[in-house]
Amino acid sequence: MQTKNEDYNVQQSNLYIVIYSAVLTVVCGGLLALASEGLKEKQQYNIALEQKQNILATVVELKEGQDVNSLYAQLVKEFVVDYQGNIKDGIKPQNVNLATEYKKPAEQRLLPIYEFKNTSDSSKIDYVVLPVYGFGLWNDIWGFIALESDMNTIRGVKFDHKGETPGLGARIASDEEVQARYKGKSIYEDSKLVSVTMMKGEGNDYGSDPHKVDGMSGATLTAKGVNSMFKDYLLSYENYLKKKKSE
Amino acid sequence: MSETAETLVEKRSEPLFSKKNKKLITNPLDIDNPITVQVLGVCSALAVTTQLKPAFIMSLSLLVVTACSNVAISAMRNSIPSRIRIIVQLAVVSLWVTLVNELLKAYVYDVSKQLAVFVGLIITNCIVMGRLEAYAMSNKPWPSFLDGVGNGLGYGLILMAVAFFRELLGSGALFGYKIFDAAGLHYQGNGLMLLPAGACIIVGIVIWVQRSINGYRESH
Repeated sequence: MQTKNEDYNVQQSNLYIVIYSAVLTVVCGGLLALASEGLKEKQQYNIALEQKQNILATVVELKEGQDVNSLYAQLVKEFVVDYQGNIKDGIKPQNVNLATEYKKPAEQRLLPIYEFKNTSDSSKIDYVVLPVYGFGLWNDIWGFIALESDMNTIRGVKFDHKGETPGLGARIASDEEVQARYKGKSIYEDSKLVSVTMMKGEGNDYGSDPHKVDGMSGATLTAKGVNSMFKDYLLSYENYLKKKKSE
Repeated sequence: MSETAETLVEKRSEPLFSKKNKKLITNPLDIDNPITVQVLGVCSALAVTTQLKPAFIMSLSLLVVTACSNVAISAMRNSIPSRIRIIVQLAVVSLWVTLVNELLKAYVYDVSKQLAVFVGLIITNCIVMGRLEAYAMSNKPWPSFLDGVGNGLGYGLILMAVAFFRELLGSGALFGYKIFDAAGLHYQGNGLMLLPAGACIIVGIVIWVQRSINGYRESH
């Protein structure tokens, strides 16, 4: 009989091991689910706050410790338009998932818009910030383009990415100087939307060309992704931009 | 009666910070340091030390994970089937790492974005698994806790030392504060210090200095 065998150890039995691992899995999984549910609100608040920061940063210089929420509420009017440039009632920008929207044909996309109200005359706008989304070399890239009230001149851009190469393509997000290259460029040539193109090679001066910016050495493919993201999304926004211009 | 019973209990149980227990904390700081002596966890010491702030958060996260996993495994040690002990350890470590990661995301979001990959990699950090296997599996929870804290501190100490030199020489700052500019000096940051190669050099120097101070020799 097994019980008489002194070497026999219940901890070595297969049944014990199976039950042990099952219980361990359930306990660990339960704890994680609890933590994730409990912290969800706080985490989503952080994500929303970062989004607001990024939108504001395309236009104003944020100082550390500034109250982003109140500044955002004071300056920004947010809404969603369709391809025709008509406002979609009842849809909030934070409920629009750009990662899935950008895969749709341009005509069916929901397009969030963030308008910066003029501080003295709230019926006018100073800037408009347009979210853009695309694909870089390895994974998704996204960002915001801020246009001046002429709907043509770029006030500033802000990029981010999921998995571009650190030190090369990742510079679109980490290197503020790369983003600053877009400042003052214009997206229209006469009445045709030509967008802004990041060129191949680095260290060239494109100061006189309003549609070209200096490239990133070793990151030509990420730059290509940025270029097509720009063109693709600006074309989706074109009807809205035309409406704004004629206002 | 009750007095004698109490003194008896006290005599039998070790004081919380006995000489032996204190050593559990102090040894990893110096003669038994996980990075410089045992050469464990070097990968993250190279990766997160360009600035002091992420290095500090990383050290703190590792300290919490090592201490908590040590306690958990030590408390479970008599029930863990030895055939699956490594996977049980891994499950416990992953649990704590994920919890720490969730907390970072909720409370220090900007740092958690910087550390994203590396916090996850604590799971495979050799220091954590090493302490579980070498210490917590055969010792009581309290000494295991101290052992975890000690090793976390030993790791953190080296990480901070490396990050101190890398941030100072690489970007002329400490905790993001431009120290040379504040002193009115112009300092051109040394780019090498910001690259992993710079970390390798600094870690090497730290190991050299520490080993020559405490006279540690590799046994052949």
